[in-house]
Amino acid sequence: MAEHRMSFPCTEEQVRELRAGDSVIVDGHVIGIRDRTQIRMFDHGQKPEMDLTGALLLHTAPNVRRLDDGRYEKLCIGTTTSARMVRFTEGLGRDYGVRAICGKGGLPDDAIEPMRRLGMVYFAIVGGAAALETTQIEEIEAVEWEDLMPECLWKFRVRDFGPLTVGIDSHGSSVYRDVQEEAKKRLEELYARL
Amino acid sequence: MAVTTDLEKIVEDAAAYLYVWALKDIPQDLRDALKAARERETSTSGQRVLDTILRNVEVADTEKNLVCQDTGIAVYYCRVGEHFPLHPARIYQALYDGTERATVEHPLRSNTVHTLTRENTGQNVGYRVPIVHWDFVQGWDGLDVKCVPKGSGSENMSFLKMCVPADGVAGVKRFVLDSIVGAGGKPCPPGIVGVGVGGSADYAMHLAKEAIARPVGTHNPDPEAAKLEDELFELLNETGIGPMGLGGDVTVLHVHVEHADTHMTLNPVAVNYQCWAARRASAHIGADGAVEYDREA
Repeated sequence: MAEHRMSFPCTEEQVRELRAGDSVIVDGHVIGIRDRTQIRMFDHGQKPEMDLTGALLLHTAPNVRRLDDGRYEKLCIGTTTSARMVRFTEGLGRDYGVRAICGKGGLPDDAIEPMRRLGMVYFAIVGGAAALETTQIEEIEAVEWEDLMPECLWKFRVRDFGPLTVGIDSHGSSVYRDVQEEAKKRLEELYARL
Repeated sequence: MAVTTDLEKIVEDAAAYLYVWALKDIPQDLRDALKAARERETSTSGQRVLDTILRNVEVADTEKNLVCQDTGIAVYYCRVGEHFPLHPARIYQALYDGTERATVEHPLRSNTVHTLTRENTGQNVGYRVPIVHWDFVQGWDGLDVKCVPKGSGSENMSFLKMCVPADGVAGVKRFVLDSIVGAGGKPCPPGIVGVGVGGSADYAMHLAKEAIARPVGTHNPDPEAAKLEDELFELLNETGIGPMGLGGDVTVLHVHVEHADTHMTLNPVAVNYQCWAARRASAHIGADGAVEYDREA
């Protein structure tokens, strides 16, 4: 299991180098996104102005304070459960050129095939570790769709963001599928002990 | 009348303090459980997750920041002495106002929405929110308040099954196993698994929630329930789900079971998960308004 440091936005080639189980530290930019943001993009067909080409998306709805000049100060930024948003995976890659999705708890197996085909990865962050994550976010550079607060599109500049684990790679492997398959085998043995 | 009003303000202040305190400073028993988990975890990714969790708890201490960004839905457990001089209707209002004030003043992210319209209803308060559970104690004049901000990642992993009596305890165990494997990494493992057995459908879930609010690693005083806690702890940690569902030895920190007697044809079992950031904070309030904060309750 290799360790990587990479900067986002990035290219398909860079994403293809990652393998499930690898560890990654990220610099550059991360785009915060959540349920309502993606419902607007895909169910209501609205296109945001923010460029998501090569982007790393983060499943988040941050605690922020609005400043007098309209910018936002970070208070506490952490990551939400990804599984709820799995149905947007293909559209994010196909229509917007997104390269990576970071969240917690994993994406269901439905994400494996689009990620393989489109050249995308899923990064697992440690859910609940928001105090640490907040220190790795240097600044909130832009916000779009403020009417969805806190489920807007957020552009964060990050440094030493992670450690992240490649949960699903672009070669058809998923740590989550492997763990579930192994657990189901073990369950058969455990049932016998009940 | 003046005394009542003062006491209401005291309870409101306590609620505001407890909500923020719970979010920032996790109890020592939980810190110990997380450290013990790191010591027994052998997988690389599991160790990485637990190291990050421990680092995060330290950063929350030094930065005085929230441990987790999910400020949750505010849940309170109240034990009210029959002679406590503030009526529960006013206690509820005080908890409501305290929750709202903490959210505005900190400020905290507000999570509360109308369930059908999904519109935000206010500052972590709304219709029937905060959620307050009541116990009443005879021959006492005090009030205990415990605040348990409950994050949605773990609350979404709640499960109920109306087992039949013929399923026995084995059926209960099987359901808990299936629930935790099915939940995978979603509820931020390793956490506290609350299991409620008996009563009725709604009461079983109430008990499961009460179980996760207990001090971490405590045992149910009933020997049969305590045995079930130990057995489930062992079984669940053999599933291999591991920290954040990435595989490993530590899937749960502890299992807490609460039970109630039930109908002869019922065998309900409920699972309520509490994430590793199992936040809780308590206060004891005297009839004279003296407040004692308690990290261990």
